[in-house]
Amino acid sequence: MRYLPLTDTDREDMLARIGVPSVDALFSDVPAGKLLTEPLDLPRAKGELEVERIMGRMAAKNVAATSVPFFVGAGAYKHHVPATVDHLIQRSEFLTSYTPYQPEIAQGTLQYLFEFQTQVAALTGMEVANASMYDGSTGTAEAVLMAHRVTKRRKAVLSGGLHPHYTQVVETLSEMASDEVVALPADVSASEDILSQIDDSVSCVVVQSPDVFGNLRDLAPIAEKAHAHGALLIAVFTEVVSLGAVTPPGAQGADIVVGEGQSIGNALNFGGPYVGLFAAKSKYVRQMPGRLCGETVDADGQRGFVLTLSTREQHIRRDKATSNICTNSGLCVLAFTIHMTLLGQAGLSRLAEVNHANAVKLADALAGVKGVKVLNETFFNEFTIRLPKPAAAVVEALAEKGVLGGVPASRLMPGAGLDDLLIVANTEINTDDDRAAFVAALGEVLA
Amino acid sequence: MLNRQGRPTQAGAAAAETHETFTGNRALQQIEPLIFEIGHHETTGVDIDKPTPFKSRLGKHARQDGIGLPGLSEPEAMRHYVRLSQKNYGIDTGLFPLGSCTMKHNARLNEKMARLPGFSDVHPLQPVSTVPGALDVMLELARYLMTLTGMPAVALSPKAGAHGEACGMMAIKAAIAAKGEGATRKIVLVPESAHGTNPATAALIGFTVKSVPARADGTVAVEDVKALLGPDVAAIMLTNPNTCGIFEPEIVEIAAAMHEAGAYFYCDGANFNAIVGKARPGDLGVDAMHINLHKTFSTPHGGGGPGAGPVVLSERLAPFAPVPFIHAEDGKSRLVEHKADAPEGNDPFGRMTAFHGQMGMYVRALAYMLSHGSDGMKQASEDAVLNANYIRAGLSDLMSLPFPDHPSMHEALFDDDWLKGTGVSTLDFAKAMIDEGYHPMTVYFPLVVHGAMLIEPTESESKASLDLFIATLRDLAMAAKGNDKTRFTAAPHHAPIRRLDETRAARQPVLKWEKPQPVKEAAE
Repeated sequence: MRYLPLTDTDREDMLARIGVPSVDALFSDVPAGKLLTEPLDLPRAKGELEVERIMGRMAAKNVAATSVPFFVGAGAYKHHVPATVDHLIQRSEFLTSYTPYQPEIAQGTLQYLFEFQTQVAALTGMEVANASMYDGSTGTAEAVLMAHRVTKRRKAVLSGGLHPHYTQVVETLSEMASDEVVALPADVSASEDILSQIDDSVSCVVVQSPDVFGNLRDLAPIAEKAHAHGALLIAVFTEVVSLGAVTPPGAQGADIVVGEGQSIGNALNFGGPYVGLFAAKSKYVRQMPGRLCGETVDADGQRGFVLTLSTREQHIRRDKATSNICTNSGLCVLAFTIHMTLLGQAGLSRLAEVNHANAVKLADALAGVKGVKVLNETFFNEFTIRLPKPAAAVVEALAEKGVLGGVPASRLMPGAGLDDLLIVANTEINTDDDRAAFVAALGEVLA
Repeated sequence: MLNRQGRPTQAGAAAAETHETFTGNRALQQIEPLIFEIGHHETTGVDIDKPTPFKSRLGKHARQDGIGLPGLSEPEAMRHYVRLSQKNYGIDTGLFPLGSCTMKHNARLNEKMARLPGFSDVHPLQPVSTVPGALDVMLELARYLMTLTGMPAVALSPKAGAHGEACGMMAIKAAIAAKGEGATRKIVLVPESAHGTNPATAALIGFTVKSVPARADGTVAVEDVKALLGPDVAAIMLTNPNTCGIFEPEIVEIAAAMHEAGAYFYCDGANFNAIVGKARPGDLGVDAMHINLHKTFSTPHGGGGPGAGPVVLSERLAPFAPVPFIHAEDGKSRLVEHKADAPEGNDPFGRMTAFHGQMGMYVRALAYMLSHGSDGMKQASEDAVLNANYIRAGLSDLMSLPFPDHPSMHEALFDDDWLKGTGVSTLDFAKAMIDEGYHPMTVYFPLVVHGAMLIEPTESESKASLDLFIATLRDLAMAAKGNDKTRFTAAPHHAPIRRLDETRAARQPVLKWEKPQPVKEAAE
């Protein structure tokens, strides 16, 4: 077996050195009758070539985003990632290292975490950012718990523009912890009255912008009302590239900002692994979940970096910890920070501009298809259209024509009466030809 | 003396000279500034054409100010990250005996498979009809995990071990609520030796933690568990093999006691690598167990993640598994994304994450399983256990074992009793290992053992590698006992950086780069 260096002679010599007759003697604590004697009913070992064949056959059954005109978003976005990123994250010293608990031999990881935290703070307009969460949805649930700790209240108000899966993740954790959640109904036109929900019993208000329908939302009035009642504003985004073009949540009074960072540096991966971004005002830093990397000096006075404020964390504080998170999204953080470093603010602004320009072009083109209405007043690279037919059937018909045309709102919110809505994303990957193919195919499907 | 090229090497003279370098660099070890100190706001390493004129639809939300982040050109970025990588120790660098973390070889075949466009370039919400191969991977991974654990169901979506713990404990909470006992069963038993994630998880979802004492031999006694059982107990969270590296001998009795008391058995599967193909949690009475794909099934640790933490579930808990999941019936499979779509008899407790979990890790883990096969996985576990016991046998005359009465499983645990009076601490010893070219073992965990040193070599080490490791630790141990303190208390001497001031980092947190103020202003 190519991955196992020991030879049978080694094994015999080692057993003799240990002083046991067989390896099973080392399993003597396994209760009687529970030690397996035969290999389990699974295939035997295979060479690389055979494994590649098997995996390749499964992969070939899927339609890859790059192979078709592709407009699917709603929380995960297809972007171009520079070749440098995937090369660098596969360097052994990054790929095969552990959480940097021994900082003297992990300065590479620690320095990029410090750089990442600085980048996320700047992007979101916040004072402090952590070293990542699993993804945007779990980060949102953690943000709600953090707000409860800060305010010593246990009621969260969730906007109807929050991604429904994020809402469900928050609801699931809150229900288990017996915390209250008020989730407002789906709000297609960004017109909900969330302000009237805020009173002195509320811990936090959770608002996504761009929201799940693509609308850009005004956070400042919500922050103002929340603060007047001692509550926090948690601002959420699922498309981090938008921060290259829109006012960041930090500038609108957000207390905690969480988001999905997949768009920068990371592939679609059918939903994971992704990278949760998490930032806050620095006065709340000791209530933050997750790892934090900080600057310090070594015995010679040289600058170095360590994991810090770990008395918040599970390995020290156990049942009093701010979160149970341990493993986070390390390598996805690296992909994010390399791509972000390559972009810089100049590149990110340009990337965001192209995304927006493409989306505007597509919205204008789709508005010309008979029976189609673009619902958004504002949007970044994603918007919602109303169709004269159920969107789920339209998407299937488009797929048969080789176009992946978006996410039906009914897939995210079944039973919400939104069957005719389609959420459409358009990033820098789409060409004029892609858009023309989409518009033509949609015209045929609706005809 | 001539070297192979025939040139004089003059090694003697070179060795005598040491001096500070002009740059502060030491040959391959380069001092690397932060990107904020080398980049420029106008620089970018990504060329993107400006779009043709269009009418903005951002409304009043358009960003007014600059972001304040520099960019690097591609060559600058490449050099920056390569230099950073050279300050890191990975499995590919050398033996990485971090107990409880299973730092085994990360096969590059698995990386290649995860990057096939059919896996990496598919969207979680594209039409289900366009991703049958993704569902195949999930079903096949599920089949392997269920077979290896002897459990009837698995929830794939949790993103890492602690997330899997939360998923398993939520299923338990949902099952208790379904029996109408939600108001009474609030206590979760957790041994003192447990990973910190266990009590943190129990508390996270509203349970009260009660500690189970550790027996003198490092195991949990069924009598101690029984003494704590009552109608208020929801579950026990027990790691097996446990964090002391011992297979819990009374695990079957503990499971039976829990079930008899109407409670559940959550098993922390962090140490599953010791028993794959040797014993099945399903045969031991486990109700739920997470599996760290990044430990047992070799998906790379990546400097702290990403991981994946699927949870296998017993018949009693299976109906409560969270969405999304794949429901297979009559040879057909269907993706269930909402509670209302769940098949008859299922009552999903909710949702753990936005999408389907860590697909990229599923692919890598499945490639590992296919490569090893049932025979190779059994052999891997046997070799992991053999390697740990070989290290133990090679060191136990010099270093003290807290629990000598049980064989070790895949990790050997020492305490610091043998360092008493030497002036050398476990931490000093660990730092001296760095100078010798090794990543230290896990130290000061489990908490029940004073100055713990937990050594997990994994099956990836050759006998020659283990022999050198043992010889090195023996040399260090003798130096410590011989009062050669300089090798320890100031170690590491040869790492890219010396020991770091962690107290200062915590007292005056500097968590991001700030533009330095000009000296004159700062003085004012």
